[in-house]
Amino acid sequence: MSAILPLRLEDVTFAAGGRIIIERVSLALEAGPSTILLGANGAGKSVLMRLMHGLLAPTSGRVAWSGEGARRRQAMVFQRPVMLRRSALANVIYALEVAGIEGAERERLAREALAEVGLTDVAQRPARVLSGGEQQRLALARAWALHPEVLFLDEPTANLDPGATREIETVIKAFDAAGTKIVMSTHSLGQARRLGDEVIFLHQGRLAERTPIERFFPQPASPEAAAFVKGELPWA
Amino acid sequence: MGMILRVLLASLICATAQAQSGFITVASTTSTEQSGLFKHLLPPFEKKTGFQVRVVALGTGQALDMGKRGDADVVFVHAKALEEKFVSEGYGVKRFEVMYNDFVLVGPKSDPAKVGGTKDIVAALQKIQAAQAPFASRGDKSGTHFAELQLWKAAGIDIEKSKGPWYRDTGSGMGPTLNTASGMNAYALTDRGTWLSFKNRGELVISVEGDQRLFNQYGVILVNPAKHPHVKKEPGLAFIDWIVSAEGQAAIAGYKIGGEQLFFPNATR
Amino acid sequence: MLDALLSGLRLVATLDLRLWEIVGLSLAVSLSAVALASILGLPLGAAIAVGRFPGRQAVVVVLNALMGLPPVVVGLFIYLLLSRAGPLGQLGLLFTPQAMVIAQTVLVLPIIAALSRQSVEDAWREYEEQLRSLGVEGLRGALTVLWDIRFSLLTAVLAGLGRASAEVGAVMIVGGNIDGVTRVMTTTIALETSKGDLPLALGLGIVLIAIVLALNAAAHLVKDAAQRRYG
Repeated sequence: MSAILPLRLEDVTFAAGGRIIIERVSLALEAGPSTILLGANGAGKSVLMRLMHGLLAPTSGRVAWSGEGARRRQAMVFQRPVMLRRSALANVIYALEVAGIEGAERERLAREALAEVGLTDVAQRPARVLSGGEQQRLALARAWALHPEVLFLDEPTANLDPGATREIETVIKAFDAAGTKIVMSTHSLGQARRLGDEVIFLHQGRLAERTPIERFFPQPASPEAAAFVKGELPWA
Repeated sequence: MGMILRVLLASLICATAQAQSGFITVASTTSTEQSGLFKHLLPPFEKKTGFQVRVVALGTGQALDMGKRGDADVVFVHAKALEEKFVSEGYGVKRFEVMYNDFVLVGPKSDPAKVGGTKDIVAALQKIQAAQAPFASRGDKSGTHFAELQLWKAAGIDIEKSKGPWYRDTGSGMGPTLNTASGMNAYALTDRGTWLSFKNRGELVISVEGDQRLFNQYGVILVNPAKHPHVKKEPGLAFIDWIVSAEGQAAIAGYKIGGEQLFFPNATR
Repeated sequence: MLDALLSGLRLVATLDLRLWEIVGLSLAVSLSAVALASILGLPLGAAIAVGRFPGRQAVVVVLNALMGLPPVVVGLFIYLLLSRAGPLGQLGLLFTPQAMVIAQTVLVLPIIAALSRQSVEDAWREYEEQLRSLGVEGLRGALTVLWDIRFSLLTAVLAGLGRASAEVGAVMIVGGNIDGVTRVMTTTIALETSKGDLPLALGLGIVLIAIVLALNAAAHLVKDAAQRRYG
């Protein structure tokens, strides 16, 4: 089974309701470095991620994965976790069922995933009564069980307190260490620095800048990104 | 929850049990059903023959229509002309006379048309039309409605032309029509049986009775198996045979409400 | 009026077996119809909610409109189908409880399907992205959501039950109101009213309302307990 990366976006445009949201974005995502999507609200980060993951179809241009079966070899974690009215364990098992994993294997892989994120104790609890942080960890466990090649994360800790945020970041690092490509959008520059290897900066739907993290933070190359960073860190 | 399940199960078992024993479907009229006659008449027949009789009570027009469609095995109604047409058109095998009852004209105690106590129904109707006193009609192609129309004709009144706001066409069965008459203090033509068991009289009393022309003949007919092969011929004939037999005729005569006999057997042998 | 109420309740209290037979049949018919209509209608509504096909809007509008099907019209239609002179006459189903179940199922199916469609469509907005991200396709997604919101679907089912147990037009025509065979609460009330026995009719009406109330209360308790448990 060949790798599905690199993912190539060729001149991708997305328009809806008469507005252009993503304008002529071309890039290639390679395996390895964790990619952070940055940009102001409304810059198009969420839409771009959904175009990459296949939840939206581009109005024009192409989104092309390299290998076969890319659909099943990626996963996405949303800002608000969406859980079924079942136990935490059952939610992970559901994802494995959909992925076509057989009977007993499902439970084994599900328990393994719960252990990885530290949710073994709440395996039998109804997922919807778990705390926000626990549900987000459960979403990550659900993704972990599928062993995806790419993990998309759309502002995963935006609604969480610092403690829960740290727990999520630990799991994301574990994904990275296991070889999963991370593509994450965030508003927290600190988080970007902690987890990212490169930054893709979007401004009004256009790709404004793509820079390795160690060069982006002292000084972004584009004026739009520089203004953005300054706005976030007034003392920068 | 358990209680509900037990009741459901019991009903289901009852329903299927009844389906097993032989039964016939008799299309009859609402007035006959509401008089309570069947409750009295059917048990001896069912006990004697083991056949269950399922009565579907509709207006005469609808009952005969049921016979034409083959949805009933026997029709038992009271509209001679329509019944004879039913047989002559091949839907029924043979018509047998069974019994008669009579119609009465009921009206408010206050008697605005001054027809109380007379025996002449035709004169009474003429007075009612002249006074434009409220009158409730069934208007539903039933035997009773048919009889009412014949009486207006006999009174020389073209009711289609003469009817005004005083004439209320309810388009419903005897009971609802009487309810309307009671509520409106109107006159109405009703069979004695329904009247005797009707409980919502309000101010209504019998205004006119005893006229020969108020005589209401019942007939029973087997639905023609030549037209509808699935008709249950044996049980159907058993019912007809029994109802015109001495035993059946005695049962009819034996039905009384408040000591008063409702139906008068007159089957010819 | 109060007299009628009281004498009605008194009469009902003394009617014993005959009354309970009628109540039992009413429940058997209406609950069967609602069960059938749910098995067919809940997934149908979910499929329409999630599906994208030409004419979908029209289907939604028609389905909603069918909620208002007059019971007497449905009764007439089923009668013509099941009559010996009609296409399904061979089955000999006319004037049986089975015919009544069929008529009520037809009556209740649009209600359950339309309400299911609305509930699933509302929930789909929450679930769609996550389910599609997991690779869930079409009908499977509809059924997953349907099962997940099962407790709020109880309202749709109870609406169907309300309609079925309250109607008289359909069961009267296809059942024939045959004493001991197809006589249910609503047709008995109609009969007693037309006989002018208003106190009895009123008493029976109260029993009918009480039973439906009890069923609704039970369903509410179940829904409450489940929501507390599953979140």
